Amino acid sequence: MSVANRPTNRPLSPHLQVYRLPMLAILSILHRATGIALSIGALYLATWVMYAASNPHAYSLFQSFNSSIVGRIVLGGWLFSAFFHLCNGIRHLFWDAGYGFELKDADRSAWIVVVVSLVATAASWVVGLRLM
Amino acid sequence: MNDTRTPLSRARGLGSAKEGVHHWWMQRITAIALIPLVVWFAISLVMMSGADYAVVRAWIGSPLVMVLLILTIGIGLHHGQLGLQVVWEDYTDGGLRVAMIVLTKFIAVLFGLGAIVGIMRIGFGG
Repeated sequence: MSVANRPTNRPLSPHLQVYRLPMLAILSILHRATGIALSIGALYLATWVMYAASNPHAYSLFQSFNSSIVGRIVLGGWLFSAFFHLCNGIRHLFWDAGYGFELKDADRSAWIVVVVSLVATAASWVVGLRLM
Repeated sequence: MNDTRTPLSRARGLGSAKEGVHHWWMQRITAIALIPLVVWFAISLVMMSGADYAVVRAWIGSPLVMVLLILTIGIGLHHGQLGLQVVWEDYTDGGLRVAMIVLTKFIAVLFGLGAIVGIMRIGFGG
C-alpha cells in the first residue's frame, strides 16, 4: 500500500509525542524527581544549619537569599516536594502491605495524593507563618 | 512452583544480591520514621524562614529541637542516599555506578556529620 491511500484514522502506537502519560506513570516519575530534589534540598538544609553555627555575618548572607523571592519559591517547591513524596510514599507503603493494586484504586489514590500534598503545602505555610 | 534453592540458601534468605531485603527494609523503616519528622520540620522551616541569626540559634539550641533536627537530617540523608543508590543502579553501570554510589554515600555522611556538629555547637555553646 502506498503512503497516499493509507487509511488515516488508524490508531497510532504509543510514542513520546503522541502519548498522554497515565496518572500512575506521572506520579511514579514525580516520586523519583521529588526524591532527587529533596536529597539535594537536604544538603542545602544541612548547609543552613552549619551557617547558623558559624558567625552572624556568614549567616546573614545565606539568609538574605532565603528571604528573597527566589528563596521563597525554592521553599514552596521544597514544601510541595516533601509533602508529595511523603503522601506518595504512604501510598507505596500501602502497596507494600498488599492493598490498593486495582487500577481504579491506584488511580483514585493518585488523585488523593496530589490534592492532599497541595493542601498540606498551603496549610504548613499558613501554620508556620502563624507560629512565627 | 518448584523452589530450586538449597535448604541452606533458603535459611540464609540473602538472595542473589547477597544482602537479602536489608536495603528495601531500611528504606521503609526510614520512610515511616520520616512521616512525623517531615511534618514537624516543614512547619518549622516556614517559621524560621524569615528569622534572624539569634532567633534561629535559640530555636536550634533548645533540647527538643536538637534531638528532632538531628533525627530529621540524619534519617533524611540516610533515606535519600538509599533512594539515590537505586537511581544510580537504574541508569548507570560498571565502574561509574560504583563510583557514584560511593560518592553519594560519602557526601551524605559528610553533610550529615557537618550538620550534627553544627547543631551540637549551637546547643552546647561552642
